[in-house]
Amino acid sequence: MPETLLNIFHLIFSENFILTVVTASTPLLLASSGELVVERSGVLNLGVEGMMIVGAACGFAGAWLSGSILVGGLFGIVAGAALSGVFGILTLGLAVNQVATGLALTIFGVGLSGLIGAKFVGEKIVPAEHLHLPVLTDIPGVGRILFGEDPLVYVSVALVIGIWLFLYRSRAGLVLRAVGDNHASAHALGYPVLRIRMLAVLFGGGCAGLGGAYLPLAYTPFFIPGMTSGRGWIALALVVFASWRPGRLVIGAYLFGAVSILGLALQPLQLGIPQQVMNMLPYLATVVVLVLISRTRGTAGSAAPASLGSVFVPDR
Amino acid sequence: MQLVLEKRPERSTIVAIASPLIAIALTLVTIGILFAIIGKSPIEALRVYFVEPLTDPYPFFLQQEIIVKATPLVMIAVGLSLCYIANIWNIGAEGQFLVGAVCGSWLAVKTNGADVGHWVLVMMLIFAALGGALYGLIPALCKVYFGASEILTSLMLVYVANLGLDYIVRGPWRDPHGLNFPTTAAFDPAASIGTLFEGPGRLHAGSIITLVVVMLAAVMLGRTLMGFQIRLVGAAPRAARFSGFKSDRLVLFTFAVSGALAGLAGIIEVAGPIGHLDPGVSSGYGFTAIIVAFLGRLNPIGILFAGLFLALTFIGGEGAQISLKVPLDLTKVFQGILLFYVLACDSLIVYRIRLLQTARKAVPANA
Amino acid sequence: MKKLNVFAVIAVLALAVMTFGVVHAADKLKIGFIYVGPIGDLGYTYQHEVGRRALQKALNDKVETTYLENVPEGADAERAIEQLARAGNKLIFTTSFGFMDATVKVAAKYPNVFFEHATGFKRSKNLATYAARFYEGRYIQGQIAGKMTKSNIIGYIVSFPIPEVISGINATMLGAQSVNPKVKFKIIWVNSWFDPGKEADAAKALIDQGADVLTQHTDSPAAMQIAEQRGIHAFGQSSDMIKFGPKAQLTADTDYWGDYYIDRAKLVLDGKWKSDDTWDGLDKGMVVMASYTNMPDDVKQMAMKTEAAIKSGALHPFKCPIMDQSGKTVECKGGSRLDNGQILSMNWYVKGVDDKMPGQ
Repeated sequence: MPETLLNIFHLIFSENFILTVVTASTPLLLASSGELVVERSGVLNLGVEGMMIVGAACGFAGAWLSGSILVGGLFGIVAGAALSGVFGILTLGLAVNQVATGLALTIFGVGLSGLIGAKFVGEKIVPAEHLHLPVLTDIPGVGRILFGEDPLVYVSVALVIGIWLFLYRSRAGLVLRAVGDNHASAHALGYPVLRIRMLAVLFGGGCAGLGGAYLPLAYTPFFIPGMTSGRGWIALALVVFASWRPGRLVIGAYLFGAVSILGLALQPLQLGIPQQVMNMLPYLATVVVLVLISRTRGTAGSAAPASLGSVFVPDR
Repeated sequence: MQLVLEKRPERSTIVAIASPLIAIALTLVTIGILFAIIGKSPIEALRVYFVEPLTDPYPFFLQQEIIVKATPLVMIAVGLSLCYIANIWNIGAEGQFLVGAVCGSWLAVKTNGADVGHWVLVMMLIFAALGGALYGLIPALCKVYFGASEILTSLMLVYVANLGLDYIVRGPWRDPHGLNFPTTAAFDPAASIGTLFEGPGRLHAGSIITLVVVMLAAVMLGRTLMGFQIRLVGAAPRAARFSGFKSDRLVLFTFAVSGALAGLAGIIEVAGPIGHLDPGVSSGYGFTAIIVAFLGRLNPIGILFAGLFLALTFIGGEGAQISLKVPLDLTKVFQGILLFYVLACDSLIVYRIRLLQTARKAVPANA
Repeated sequence: MKKLNVFAVIAVLALAVMTFGVVHAADKLKIGFIYVGPIGDLGYTYQHEVGRRALQKALNDKVETTYLENVPEGADAERAIEQLARAGNKLIFTTSFGFMDATVKVAAKYPNVFFEHATGFKRSKNLATYAARFYEGRYIQGQIAGKMTKSNIIGYIVSFPIPEVISGINATMLGAQSVNPKVKFKIIWVNSWFDPGKEADAAKALIDQGADVLTQHTDSPAAMQIAEQRGIHAFGQSSDMIKFGPKAQLTADTDYWGDYYIDRAKLVLDGKWKSDDTWDGLDKGMVVMASYTNMPDDVKQMAMKTEAAIKSGALHPFKCPIMDQSGKTVECKGGSRLDNGQILSMNWYVKGVDDKMPGQ
């Protein structure tokens, strides 16, 4: 028994394990960061899975056609944003129910990605190169984790920091949060609620598209229909888990990624637990941690932006 | 000049009736363009997607299939609508469906081969409803006692249920004569829901049960105190609080009922068209039902029609793959676009678009 | 007068073209395929699609093929199969185990249509079964792995514990043990056929735990691509994955259904189809090993010799005596080897495999 514990300890605190976790958590972090901004503005876009998979298809297409990961990333962002634009026009322009539209967007996006990606099945690209700084990357133990990741990992970290600064340290962010908490008051104060929300939606779509594009650009350098495998839904759940706060989002994304990898990596250690249970761990862990966090917060009620999901039609 | 959306003073009945027609007309135009791009006839596409399934000659195989496909969707969506009206977000119907299917199947597996009466089927339905209700109560209790968001808890539990089903069907409940494949033995006739008619159609009694549930839900929402509470909490949460309605009880009630209905839908699918339990018994019913609930405007009768409509598009989609050789992805794109149009046209019943002159600056009186 | 003649000729010609066209179209045998996954999965379903295209190409003027992809294995399956039958398809291939009961039911309703179910075991007068002896390829892979590994740890990435996967693990182990008794497996179940990210994660975890040869029973080239990145070796599955692992791939255990589909279509065309149970492997070309690459010459020779021996019947991967995990000798129902039933329903591990079966 102590030997097994030692094995597990060595496993978790090895550089390679943490690198694998970072790769697994990054697409979740990218997509959920964008969705956090969207939801903070009061809009619930459930179409994240659709936007991610379209981002994956277009991202791969862009990288394959141009030979550049950067172009691939841009294709992914644009694709995700374009899809979210459709969502925006319907829900903000025509006041259509957000939940249903988001789900329809997922169906549409999955189908569209299949059509776009069909030509590219079986092709491969050169995945994004990892950073290599002369002395820093070679530091034993942490060098590769801090200074040896692929560029999109750094983008994801910068994104979260940027979002935090935006939401809590900028006037525009304050306005966005106000719109999300009480759109009627924000409108009365003269803020263009719908325009702010639309920009947020497009931003969220771009992030989701990039998160999806991460999969073929850096994770597994090919495209297969459906390769996002439900990560969009996890991203949605993570925003809730994070109580709509960027710092907690990072914890959530990495917690989920880590437990997912653990559920796989612990299997060969033959701990006597059925593999289905091992694969359940990330989901159970998320629920347990959420319950614990919610308890300590007290009964202040939901931390969700108060106007989340409700329709806003400006009166004149 | 700008386009604005404004709320109509009252819901327009003309648009309410015309809206599905407008949506279909818009979809026609879009299919026309889409299919013309890939070189197929749009008229043919229309015929295959909509007309063919509805005009299948006797014994009405495709029409029965539409009902069979719609049955679990409607049953689950009715339950979900109770939650959604009260702004309680149950995203875990898929998991409750699977747990209900498992609980209901327990008796079928235990009595397999033994000569038991039809009471088995009734007990299976009851166990399934109970199982689904209990599984639905988990996110409800987490919300009531810990303030944990039900969106996340109910969604995560879907994955747990999926893996649990996988484990049971591969292990303890595996068919001993099934060459060790992950499936239970085929259910005995006493534990199955048979078809209603002779012939190729698969219409079964589960659809009648669903119809009854729709009516009961309509009555409950419209005429009982609990229904009133649900509707009030959704429309005016503060007023509801002032009236003394306990929102906690509502959370528990709606989750239990929607869990029970999802579970019931689960066992009906398993004991009816499928006939055994295996890891693939659900093709995402719990999530498709969410769309059905909103398409039906969270109203039991509306859900009935929305479910039938969505089922029609699935079946038309299969026909399109076969006769038009159109890839499944195109069908999904088409389904998505159709939903967009239907939802948009629906919105136009409550809102209207107006072209406005932007206000000119006021000229001071004494200029 | 002249005009009438011209019209008459045109009319007769038009009639002739129409009739010829109608007759010609009606003459083509319609063949349907039901796939459980997308044809773009680069794995199991993709190979069936490759077979279908080969069939269409070979008999283009005599058959018209159709397929339905991504058909879920639940209640929708029965309707999908029946739709193909109603659309006039006279030969229908249902390509996944989960379609078994649905195929049985539809076959009963349409006695004049021929059905073929892949990897199943229920048959009837108009329902045949077919499968490939994947384990033959796995045995060869096991031998290669046994020779190539230096750490004696083979990483195995698998999706779901069905008998075909278990017999694959066992055959690989038996092959490996035949050249290297010290070999150990590390097995990770990813519980999905279509999640390349998860397969990549599993591959990384296995390599970090000491594996220097990877094999898989999942569909995407993710593991192969990780192997290439980390500079170790791997085996492709279902399709040739050399493109993703030019220095990593040793060989791949590929399915080839094309010849089988062409044969069965010809039988229907000649009116000679009857229900059968086909379980072919390397000998009939249903399992094809990708070129042996990235290995020293002596290993390549060994692999080719084993392949030839399996093809000729001289060597059977499951030749007795075989011991199970607990060390007990397994009953040998096929004389000198396990019989087909035992292999098809395999749910136990051979000695040396460290993993636990669910429900055991």
